[in-house]
Amino acid sequence: MTQEELLPLLLRKEERAFTLLYDMYSKSLFSIITNLISDREEAEDVLQEVFVKIWKNIETYNQSKGRLYTWMLNITRNAAIDKLRSKGFNNSQKNLSSDNFVHLLDDSNKLTNRIDSIGLREFVNKLKPKCIQLIDLLFFKGFTQQEASDELKMPLGTVKTQNRNCINDLRNFLKV
Amino acid sequence: MESKEYIESGILELYVYGLLSESENDEVAAMSNKNPEIKTEILAIEKAIINLSSSFSPFISHSQFEKIKAQLELKHGKVVTMRDRSNWSAYIGWAASILLLIGIGYQYSKVNQANNQVATIEKEKSKLQETVVDLETKNKQTETVLNVVRDETNTVVALAGQAVAPTAKAKIYWNKQTQVVYVDASGLPTPPEGKEYQIWSLKLQPQLTPTSIGTLANFKDNRSKVFAVEKTGDAEAFGITLEPAGGSPTPTMEQLYTLGKV
Repeated sequence: MTQEELLPLLLRKEERAFTLLYDMYSKSLFSIITNLISDREEAEDVLQEVFVKIWKNIETYNQSKGRLYTWMLNITRNAAIDKLRSKGFNNSQKNLSSDNFVHLLDDSNKLTNRIDSIGLREFVNKLKPKCIQLIDLLFFKGFTQQEASDELKMPLGTVKTQNRNCINDLRNFLKV
Repeated sequence: MESKEYIESGILELYVYGLLSESENDEVAAMSNKNPEIKTEILAIEKAIINLSSSFSPFISHSQFEKIKAQLELKHGKVVTMRDRSNWSAYIGWAASILLLIGIGYQYSKVNQANNQVATIEKEKSKLQETVVDLETKNKQTETVLNVVRDETNTVVALAGQAVAPTAKAKIYWNKQTQVVYVDASGLPTPPEGKEYQIWSLKLQPQLTPTSIGTLANFKDNRSKVFAVEKTGDAEAFGITLEPAGGSPTPTMEQLYTLGKV
């Protein structure tokens, strides 16, 4: 099932469309949320909120403006950041968390049901630390190139291409 | 080569991350629509990043899925679906029966309307028929009158007004061969209630002998005022008297309205 196939089902508000949407994206989006919000219950609240928003606002998604996944990704980051702000965190997103997404591995130890069938987490541990930081800030936390450049003390011009190289490593591993 | 450079710049990754400015974003979206190579690249980046992030997601309990569905009021499970369906068909059933009732009501009023129209038309038709019959009757009367007047074999006897009614006058059309007698009473006043004109054929010799040849019943209703009366073969004069309705055996000479000799 591709996004192009899923979208018409979502617009028709078919029940199976919700199941497909959830199966395809809930894990990815939940990792974004838990990377920003460490409190499990609050993270789950945000996940619910995000899927309700996606379902109810799907008509406002404009295919010519970008990917459906990207649209959902932005909703997810914004909802998580709003949640943090409402809990009294400093309103600068740069102060949100010093942890990167890899810490999620440690947290998940207590969860019995986790499987990493593709050994991706092991691979990530072998990724260059710069790559983990870049992907964490840009993709997971939604930093701009400028913000990432400031945070990592990396020349602005190289942020984009460095990130590209990291993703290429990932794609080589995944063979996509 | 241009698209290769574009791809290598790393902008497509930021596009998938949702980090581009609106104008940059529109540019990439347009490029990906035109260039399948770019489109393929975007899909690959997306797939990789979804894979990566999904594998870092903590376990999500199934109750989350159910909670969200409940919030969205999405039904789940076969039983609920069935109930939903039966509700749906019940709604359709109700809607259909309401529509049917409305339809029947509408048809009923239509039928009533049509029946009323038929009744009205029937009435008008019978009225028209009456008129036609009436006209035919009048037409026949007129024809009869014309035939009487035109018949050259008729002897025309003018009856002049007498003492009781000096201005009254009448005409007798008498066919001596067929002995048929018509009276043109248009010159006579309308008789009062309970009275009728009576027509007499008179023999003058050897003595005055009146013979009744009928009364002018329905004087008012006869528009042409031409009446057929009984035949006579040997009249020498005709007279008209006013008599009680139904006529008298002998003329009341005081009420002699008109008189004329053949």
